[in-house]
Amino acid sequence: MNSLAQPHKWEKFLWPLLALAVFLALWHYSVVWTATKVFPAPLAVLKGIAELSRKGLLWAYIGDSLRRVALGFGAAAAVGIPLGLTLGWYPAINQVVNPVMQMLRPISPLAWIPVAIVLFGVGETTAVFLIFLSALFPIVVACISGVAGVPAIFRRAGRNFGLAPGQLLAKVVFPAALPQIIIGLRIALGIAWLVVVAAEMIAVDSGLGYLVIDARNSGKRYDLVVAAMLLIGVIGLALDLCFRRLRDIRSVRWGFRDES
Amino acid sequence: MTLMDTKLSAQHINMAFSRDGKITPVLNDINLEVAQGEFLCIVGPSGCGKSTLLSAMAGFLSPTSGEISIDGQVVTEPDPRRIFVFQERGVFPWLTVEGNIGFGLFKLPRAERQRRIAYYIKMVGLSGFEKAYPAELSGGMKQRLEVARALAVNPDLLFLDEPFGALDSITRLTMRSELLRIWEAEKNTVVFVTHDIDEAVQLADRVAVMSDRPAKIQQIVTVDIAHPRDISSARYLELRNGIFKQLGLAHQI
Repeated sequence: MNSLAQPHKWEKFLWPLLALAVFLALWHYSVVWTATKVFPAPLAVLKGIAELSRKGLLWAYIGDSLRRVALGFGAAAAVGIPLGLTLGWYPAINQVVNPVMQMLRPISPLAWIPVAIVLFGVGETTAVFLIFLSALFPIVVACISGVAGVPAIFRRAGRNFGLAPGQLLAKVVFPAALPQIIIGLRIALGIAWLVVVAAEMIAVDSGLGYLVIDARNSGKRYDLVVAAMLLIGVIGLALDLCFRRLRDIRSVRWGFRDES
Repeated sequence: MTLMDTKLSAQHINMAFSRDGKITPVLNDINLEVAQGEFLCIVGPSGCGKSTLLSAMAGFLSPTSGEISIDGQVVTEPDPRRIFVFQERGVFPWLTVEGNIGFGLFKLPRAERQRRIAYYIKMVGLSGFEKAYPAELSGGMKQRLEVARALAVNPDLLFLDEPFGALDSITRLTMRSELLRIWEAEKNTVVFVTHDIDEAVQLADRVAVMSDRPAKIQQIVTVDIAHPRDISSARYLELRNGIFKQLGLAHQI
């Protein structure tokens, strides 16, 4: 192969699609061969999704879940980025706050459920709060390490050109740390999407997480349970792919050169 | 040199760093004057404290004792009138060529900013790369970009810290003549740190030779050859060999 040879475009899609087909076939025949009454075959799941769509629940639930993630994740970004930049910028403050944060960080957001319910009652706010909490720490930590990792040479150059501290933060430190921050946001969004399912199981009566638990509790509708699982997976993937596109912005692409 | 045209003066500079509770002296009573419009090179063995001295001159470090003054004023902090140029690593990867050159011009009106950006892009030979990001440029181009970013703010003093050290030898040679051309056009004062003795003798009006740590200035050599310099001339070789000898280096391999 010469240096210009590239794999065909269709090859990029063919193999993953084939793997998907094999997965669905395995699933289908496992259900058929084991003659299980509980676990649904792919076609039953598809019918379940169609039923949800007919009842108008499909898009309503997807919309509810996405809205909660958008609110919780958005709030986490709005609080976490300035907080993380500040802590990275003032290592003295970071030293004070860091032990507390490192202690809170490993606590699963699910452990907060009782506290959240005491604070906000059973409802929308609790779900959003749990998502907020789960997304906050990865964002703050990414910002701190992003700022700390800005090469001294960039800060020096900024100071040399006469930038005041605020300008230095906005024009040098923030753009230099931005690739790190984007990585943190992406991790946080992934976690937020995991947590929304759990939050909806206990705090609200709509959304994909609620669908999972409701379909099981009211009549053991495992076709709907699996339908909800698949939807969660596909939407999670779509969110991540959207976020990946941020790396193609030209002013941050330099920070992702080592990754493929 | 008369007192009138002294641009920078370093008086009795001592510098020591403490590491693990041990105090390491780096600079030992450095005295140096740089004239207005002069091209001064500082050479010395690697790790001798040349860069430390340059950082102190630029106001990034304060000397343990002694005083550096520029235009008669004591240096206490960095200033856009005197720009420090690093190796090409100093360009901002998130800005285009234009953005980098315009970086220090944020106080100027838009039209003037655009004019200067265009002028310096042309001067350093980056025309056609206005919208390119540093990752798309070669090492030599990045280095020229960094020099252009520095020149764009019209500094009257340039500090260059081994600016061509990371470039390949052919690019390094071209960059030297580029720098001389720019210096002759802009009439800035240049303090240039290098460990490359040839580079120093090719570029400088005077070469300050530093000793090993704690560094003293051993000797200041005036390079009395007009530009463009013939690097096979007897005088060039004599000066060059003199510095090699001064540093205690055999000039035979």
